[in-house]
Amino acid sequence: MPDWLLAIFNVLDDALLPTMDATLRVSTPLILCAMAGLFSERSGIVDISLEGKMLAAAFAAGSVAAVSGSPVLSLLAAIMVSVSLAMVHGFASITHRGDQVVSGLAINVLASGLTVVLGIAWFRQGGQTPSLDSSARFMPIDLPFVEAAQSIPFFGRLYSEVLSGHNLLVYVGFAAVWLTWWVVYRTRFGLRLRAVGENPLAVDTAGLSVGKLRFSALVICGLLCGIAGTYLAIAQNAAFVKDMTAGQGYIALAALIFGKWRPLAALLACLMFGFLDAIAIRLQGVNVDFSLSLFGNVWPIKGEVPVQLIQSLPYVLTVVLLAGFIGRAIAPAAIGVPFSKER
Amino acid sequence: MSTNVSPAMAGDTTHPHATNDVAIQLQGISKRFGAVRANHDIDLTVKRGTIHGIVGENGAGKSTLMSILYGFYQADSGEILINGERKKIRSSKEAIACGIGMVHQHFMLVDTFTVLENIMLGAETHSLIEPSANDARGALQALSDNYQLSLDIDAMTGKLPVGEQQRCEILKALYRKAEILILDEPTGVLTPQEADQLFKVLDALRKQGVTVILITHKLREIMDITDSVSVLRRGEMVAHLKTSDTNSQELAELMVGRELQVQDFRRKTPLPAGTENGIEVVDLSLRDAQGKLRLDKVSLQVKRGEILGIAGVAGNGQSKLLEVLSGITSPDSGTVVINGHTITADKPINPRQLREYKVNHVPEDRLKLGLVKAFTAAESSVLGYLHQEKFSWRGLLQLSTIKNLCKKLMENFDVRPGNPNLKSASFSGGNQQKLILARELEKKPEVLLIGQPTRGVDIGAIELIHQRIVAMRDTGCAVLLVSVELDEIMALSDRIIVMFEGRVVGELNGADADKATLGLMMANAHESDAA
Repeated sequence: MPDWLLAIFNVLDDALLPTMDATLRVSTPLILCAMAGLFSERSGIVDISLEGKMLAAAFAAGSVAAVSGSPVLSLLAAIMVSVSLAMVHGFASITHRGDQVVSGLAINVLASGLTVVLGIAWFRQGGQTPSLDSSARFMPIDLPFVEAAQSIPFFGRLYSEVLSGHNLLVYVGFAAVWLTWWVVYRTRFGLRLRAVGENPLAVDTAGLSVGKLRFSALVICGLLCGIAGTYLAIAQNAAFVKDMTAGQGYIALAALIFGKWRPLAALLACLMFGFLDAIAIRLQGVNVDFSLSLFGNVWPIKGEVPVQLIQSLPYVLTVVLLAGFIGRAIAPAAIGVPFSKER
Repeated sequence: MSTNVSPAMAGDTTHPHATNDVAIQLQGISKRFGAVRANHDIDLTVKRGTIHGIVGENGAGKSTLMSILYGFYQADSGEILINGERKKIRSSKEAIACGIGMVHQHFMLVDTFTVLENIMLGAETHSLIEPSANDARGALQALSDNYQLSLDIDAMTGKLPVGEQQRCEILKALYRKAEILILDEPTGVLTPQEADQLFKVLDALRKQGVTVILITHKLREIMDITDSVSVLRRGEMVAHLKTSDTNSQELAELMVGRELQVQDFRRKTPLPAGTENGIEVVDLSLRDAQGKLRLDKVSLQVKRGEILGIAGVAGNGQSKLLEVLSGITSPDSGTVVINGHTITADKPINPRQLREYKVNHVPEDRLKLGLVKAFTAAESSVLGYLHQEKFSWRGLLQLSTIKNLCKKLMENFDVRPGNPNLKSASFSGGNQQKLILARELEKKPEVLLIGQPTRGVDIGAIELIHQRIVAMRDTGCAVLLVSVELDEIMALSDRIIVMFEGRVVGELNGADADKATLGLMMANAHESDAA
């Protein structure tokens, strides 16, 4: 291998690989939430409560892990809590035809408040759950042949440093994308799911139950949010922290819209948001000192990188790109409209 | 005419046992919605392998009755017998299981699906899409051969013409093994040619033993294709007749419950030679936001004291023409001179100015542009005129003036119920339309633009609306009438032009017009003959 190529690989290794590694880690909850939202919204139910469900799930996982020490039990508890909240959403917006945004908002407010109140009442650590031992968490796992791959420049290290060494839930997140795609586009349930979000009356007159389909979609939505919350509390971190979702549910929703309600496109959007986040993390505290010459002027650029600026990029991008650059995102036609037979 | 109740002539039997050749039998079906008696003690017998028409005015209870049969609603009392067996139909699913299929007025299709996906939705043979699709493909091939229902099943449904979407609905029902097919106002959206094709299909279905129930308010269709017909009036069955024993006039009178005068509204005497134009349009063109040409060099004139009818299948530029003439949209090029005032691309005008110039507009879509559903009738009756001092003095609504005016309008145009405080939405379509018409005609327009004046309006109201439009013409008003109902165009228009894809493709004198010629023009298929 020529030296120059090796040099390029070395630069990539040092700068890019760790960022990519971090991208996967921060994207995982976004991906799981985006897929959760995809099920809900494709069925015609607006779901801004991804955030709340994920937060409540994170708290459930953190609490159960602290008490039981079992990550699997924690995962189940988180899923149960998240699915229950999804059912509350369904009860309000499907059974009683309430406004889906109001119901979703209520769940977010409820989750944000209740997790802290219960956290203080149960653990007395200011709303946090106790720190967990590694046995109570999902820990990184090495993929096979990592040792062997280590020696191959770039691609080998891509495998061993970026793809390998994550916890189980990261891989679950990526599997969820493929599974979502398969369910939505290859199965009877997927066909009905897409139909009920486009024209529920057509589904009803075809002899299917609109309510049942939408509730099933919300169960899957709750399940995926539950995994996302578990990831935050006991895989990526070692405890539940107050408001730890920090708007990621909304970012996932943005990624879903960005991806035009399609699994693979939504995955890419999540990865892009994750990548920006990873860069922001890496640039934290980095000082720069150089001059930029522009329009005949020389601008000295010096000081700490404004991380907030990069952190705000996903939001700015969402607004700017959705405003026209990627074309109009056409939502499922019946989204947000409660189904009623009366005409 | 008396309330002519002649029970169950079509089936000739009310005994529940001797039903070998009877597909559907309804006995004493009643249904109330609150205080409204939608269906009252309805009996109906339909023989297998026949086409049975159900006619009635809007709100007579046709749709409710069919919704009960298709499981949307439950009857409060009464029995349904399918092939002689007593059935409880509580959902679409149970209706399908009984062999009932329904083609709704508004199609129940997913626009983003292919025809194939729409057809198999809910009747998939497998839990994966692909094997289900393969099964459906084979079955559909057989069906379309049997019934001459050709259709590209891989086409995107939303992009198909309405006639083909309707065929998709029929195939959907047949794929579910429907032996009884209910069609609700199936020709409302079709061209005359598409309607003819539909009737051919229905005929083929009848020959194969399928029972068809055709709900319509178009009596000509009843006379053309049905074997027997039932008439509903205010929720009650008033007659069951053999089609060969009746005629349109009798059916119309049964529907309305009183005698109707047959009227020819066209001018008896030609206008004097030098009559000036109320509307003159020259080379008017308009592109929509997507850049598609919606009006293509349209030129026309409407004289004072003349009704110009514009025929065409919905969506061929008539609506855009109305929008431009009424000042809602500005033209891209061309000139409009309306009641002596010129409108061009450089010199646009707004609807309020036009109203001041005595140009009034009764819009096509009364719920979108004509009134506000959530407003009271009184509030809706001053829409567009609120700036006038008598209605709002220094920004304060003059409620009693508004109410009194509305009351007067309601009396003059027989709007029922005559209560200005009721919500606009709670009036029937016909009464909403009469209220809008009253609002605009009361201003004594010199030019009247009117779109779909009788869409979804019942026969009694149609009569009144037509009379009022003609009365305006007789006072010297230039009337431009857009309608997709050919009968209406032909009854009212002194002159008719036909629009196709934004162009004027034909012009006829009202007296010379016949349905076949107009139909060909509407499909732009007449030119080869003319050339």
